[in-house]
Amino acid sequence: MTNVLLFDHIDEPGLNTIDVFERRGGYEMARRALGLQPEELIDTLKASGLRGRGGAGFPLGMKASFIPKGTMQKYVVCNADESEPGTFKDRELMQKNPHQLIEGLIIAAYAVQATKAFIYIRGEYVLQADILDDALIEARRAGYIGERIFGSDFSLDLHVHRGAGAYICGEETGLLDSLEGRRGNPRLKPPFPANQGLYQGPTLINNVETLATTPVILRMGGEEYAKLGVANSAGTKLISISGNVQRPGNYEIELGMSSRDIIFGLAGGPDEGRSVKFWFPGGSSSPVLTADDLDLGYDFDSLAKAGSMLGSGAIIVVDDSNAVVDVALKLAQFYRHESCGKCTPCREGTNWTVHMLERIRSGEATPMDLDIMASVQENIIGHCLCVLGDAMAMPIASMIVKFRAEFEEHIEAARQRNPLLGAVPISDEPVLIAGAAH
Amino acid sequence: MAEFASQPIDPATVRRFEHGSRVPGWDEAVDLTKDPAIVPDLATTPVPDELRSAIEAEMAKYPDTRSASIPALFHVQARYGWCTPEGIEQAAAVMSLTPGYLVSVASFYDMLDLQPVGKNRVYVCTNISCSLRGADDLYDALLTAAGDDPDMFVRGFECLGACDIAPMASINGAYVGPIALDEVPTLMAQIRAGEEPLPAKQLSRRACVDPKAHAS
Repeated sequence: MTNVLLFDHIDEPGLNTIDVFERRGGYEMARRALGLQPEELIDTLKASGLRGRGGAGFPLGMKASFIPKGTMQKYVVCNADESEPGTFKDRELMQKNPHQLIEGLIIAAYAVQATKAFIYIRGEYVLQADILDDALIEARRAGYIGERIFGSDFSLDLHVHRGAGAYICGEETGLLDSLEGRRGNPRLKPPFPANQGLYQGPTLINNVETLATTPVILRMGGEEYAKLGVANSAGTKLISISGNVQRPGNYEIELGMSSRDIIFGLAGGPDEGRSVKFWFPGGSSSPVLTADDLDLGYDFDSLAKAGSMLGSGAIIVVDDSNAVVDVALKLAQFYRHESCGKCTPCREGTNWTVHMLERIRSGEATPMDLDIMASVQENIIGHCLCVLGDAMAMPIASMIVKFRAEFEEHIEAARQRNPLLGAVPISDEPVLIAGAAH
Repeated sequence: MAEFASQPIDPATVRRFEHGSRVPGWDEAVDLTKDPAIVPDLATTPVPDELRSAIEAEMAKYPDTRSASIPALFHVQARYGWCTPEGIEQAAAVMSLTPGYLVSVASFYDMLDLQPVGKNRVYVCTNISCSLRGADDLYDALLTAAGDDPDMFVRGFECLGACDIAPMASINGAYVGPIALDEVPTLMAQIRAGEEPLPAKQLSRRACVDPKAHAS
């Protein structure tokens, strides 16, 4: 079932200007929010059951309630880095409807009483950052950003900060370091950003889609919003579908919709004569699912039960014309390039996984390499400051489990092709090498 | 095994990096006789006025001026084409940081270049979603079409967040896709002439909602 809340009138020309946005009822919710007590707002967000849309799925209301009360300088940061491969929903929101994000930021900032806010947008999104900059100028001129907004005694300072190309800056603590003008290395948690985040102040950090949903929740009421979707996965979700489908793009669905309806109904499925081999349900970091899992409901719990995750809501479909080894290698190369190098398991693990996958392709590998590769993945998961290493280890490990036979076939075929090694048969008997005994 | 171990290794055949070592690293060794670079003095460092005011405007946005290091490096890059040592020295003087600090930041991020590059930046997404739709062939075709043109900087890039228009490329910041292989010559000619690259295929003109999706 599709249900349009965030994508309402999304293609209307001029929606990115404040005039059209206000004609559509924009900024009314921010105005109403500033008349409420911050606690009431947080209660509404809690009641809505909205879970973070960036990847981890942490409930927004809960996160906002962790921000300490008091008069210290607090911050709200919008994570618009969107670097997870396969994800491009925030790009659409910021490009077409930037004021909705700004309105969401005003509401969130007021709820936690933060007076400084930043939108950290990835540097590659030049067009979207320019649009946001223009929208901010309009909002400032209208008096919605700045001193004593909407005639209340609440002030908010908001800026767009452009990144410069690093996947790791989508990780919240890496993002904070980058925003502080450093290399984007993740920090040890705890302390969590809610207690010590940007410039060591309490910081609420949320994804674009999450923040843009807050005006919708206020309009509908928390309880009404919670009725959308299924248990534990309230509301609608923007999903980005890409890869081997006929109509790649962004779609808004109500959580719990069947994955088959999304991939085949909305996106048109793979090309004529091709079939789904496997798919990533939540960005390239999520463990892969196969054609057998297509009837799963697309929500947090169903995907977790199937051993994967909803992640950022990016479905990548791979059809049967692709070899699993090639996809695994692409994936591993990406994470090797993006590993910041701070934690050894991730820095070395991603590098060696690439080497081992290259060995498979060059015909130097044996089936034993698969076990070594699987053990490398095990040694990455949970052993680093952030989840970048896990983000490679989880899908690769799931590919080895689900497509082991194909990996082994690939190893044998490549070995046969290799002029140096193809001649030596693999045998269970120990091989004697002349001169090696003594 | 002993036989293998005793084979002499000819040092001339060992693959080495430019700086003479067998492991990758910096191409130039640090000159240990020199003092470490300190924060350059703004009074004695010539900084162009526009660059200085641009960086100072960025610094004013943040509670801690250090936060402006990425925007400052972008300004340096926009002015000089890449993050030149002189440009970094100037930014360091304005920001009261050491040049070494800014180099450490610049080297972390893919969009900041510490080497001279062509003025036309073409980033080709070669990540999963794009490569499933032929990005590797597109990348090769663009590399070939660019040839040794010094104004062209074609590089493979990690996911640019535009998998709906795969295979795609970011041309001086403008997202274009899906690019068919037979459009590559036109695209290259447009970039060289400084025209809009494939205007009809730019992301800025793409509608979000696909009516066909909801019809079926």
